Amino acid sequence: MPSVAGDAARKSARKVTVARVPATKPAVAPKRAAAPRVGVLSLQGDHAKHGETLRAVGAEPVRISLPEHLAGLDAMILPGGESSTMLRLLDATGLRVGVEEFVRTRPVLGTCAGLILLASQADRLPGPTLGAIDITATRNAYGRQVHSFTDPVDMPALGGGVLGVFIRAPRITRVGKGVQVIATHAGEPVGVRQGKAVALTFHPELTDDARVHAWFLRDIAGFKLTGVRA
Amino acid sequence: MKRKDSRGTAHANGKNSKHGAKAAAKGADKSGHVLTQAEQFRLKVGLAEMLKGGVIMDVMNAEQAEIAQEAGACAVMALERIPSQIRKAGGVARMSDPSMIQRIQKNVDIPVMAKVRIGHLVEAEILEALEIDFIDESEVLTPADEVNHVWKHDFKVPFVCGCRDLGEALRRIGEGAAMIRTKGEAGTGNVVEAVRHMRTVVSHMKKLTTLTADELMAEAKHLGAPFELVQQVARTGKLPVPNFAAGGVATPADAALMMKLGAEAVFVGSGIFEVGDPKNPKSQRRDQTRMAKAIVQAVANWNRPDLLKDISTGLPAAMRGISLETLSEDQLLAKRGW
Repeated sequence: MPSVAGDAARKSARKVTVARVPATKPAVAPKRAAAPRVGVLSLQGDHAKHGETLRAVGAEPVRISLPEHLAGLDAMILPGGESSTMLRLLDATGLRVGVEEFVRTRPVLGTCAGLILLASQADRLPGPTLGAIDITATRNAYGRQVHSFTDPVDMPALGGGVLGVFIRAPRITRVGKGVQVIATHAGEPVGVRQGKAVALTFHPELTDDARVHAWFLRDIAGFKLTGVRA
Repeated sequence: MKRKDSRGTAHANGKNSKHGAKAAAKGADKSGHVLTQAEQFRLKVGLAEMLKGGVIMDVMNAEQAEIAQEAGACAVMALERIPSQIRKAGGVARMSDPSMIQRIQKNVDIPVMAKVRIGHLVEAEILEALEIDFIDESEVLTPADEVNHVWKHDFKVPFVCGCRDLGEALRRIGEGAAMIRTKGEAGTGNVVEAVRHMRTVVSHMKKLTTLTADELMAEAKHLGAPFELVQQVARTGKLPVPNFAAGGVATPADAALMMKLGAEAVFVGSGIFEVGDPKNPKSQRRDQTRMAKAIVQAVANWNRPDLLKDISTGLPAAMRGISLETLSEDQLLAKRGW
């Protein structure tokens, strides 16, 4: 029986083995041993799935739905969901300014809708995006749900393939100078990085493979992950 | 015609029919890899995950769909008449005309859902051909089959189904539903049934987590639910697919209540577009937008009474609503399906 909750259960049960990441040199030296506090924007979308994956790699997820939740965060995740809904709620909750400030300088990972929020440009949105990564994103660019798919994605930082779950996914139609392509599918960029901001058009949080989150926290954010065997 | 029959046979036999294989083949991705049922199901549940924390609004035309999107809905449900109007109109309620669904698809960027009658697998095939994002096999429409629901694993489009209790929820998931919602009592503006259904499901899940392995088979028999799913709920304490609320939500407080009781997102049917004065379209549109925005914010801030107080202040009057005692047995929509 296909099971999502089952995935989650397995994920936490196997937290030591799934989170193994090939030894690559961290961009920043590990600075602390305590579990990093990772804020997950929880206005709408699959923030709970990111929370499960973060716990699996030994990080502490913190739900962000109001400005006061931004204090004391080490990194941030912008989850999948409906990007237009999230943008409207960013304004309605007064979170925009704080989140914008955070994602421009601090470690942030965005998946799917999160990539759209981090992009400098995207189409058909009610307001400006956060602009942490100089790319143009086209929303829902593969078509409606019947065109959603799973397929291996090439991600050299993880030493090869990772399963890409693409759900009404966006496409990256322009990659600006200073932006590094970190993942490709069928020759197309599906993952990018600029500074400490990372964005993917697919959903690693919907699989039981936590390597992407572990890589982000260790190699981009520079945390030593306790409870995870390197 | 034969193709449609085979879908029916597949269900009766509980086996993969030729059509089942064909449906899976349709799921082949660009590299020609055929998605297994489990991979397909991951994509379906994945979309349901993306809708969590959001509000899905019933809309009857492209203009209402725009109001919904503008208010921050995470998806819209396209239907010709909202449930309160279906109640008034009587007669047989069917799938909406594809042209009205297409107009809505053209007008908004958020996912578009639509309803089929319980067991009406051809209406479902038509919606799949329309590339609808989610199909609601709904008791709000007149059932087409009083015994069998659609075998939802055969479709690429994910399904949501209503339930009144845990057994019903797990039967629908067994058939391939990628999202469960309470039935509530649609079109009444009365949240009492949705509350009953959500509490029933949640308390039964809690009970399962306290049972020992040797008690689960008897419980599965009692629930009339697939044993493996009963075991899974006993282990995790939650449904294997997202669990949303629907049926009778009319105010921001109603929506927040459902979230507090364990819903992961909320459907609002008549509660938005029954609001306002139909004789004054401009002010009605304004009132509907305000109600829609308020419900979206209430779902995002369901655990913050201080914010809910402001969100609920000075809103246009909610739909009048119906007390359930005034409805006769045959007017209760939640009784449809099993």
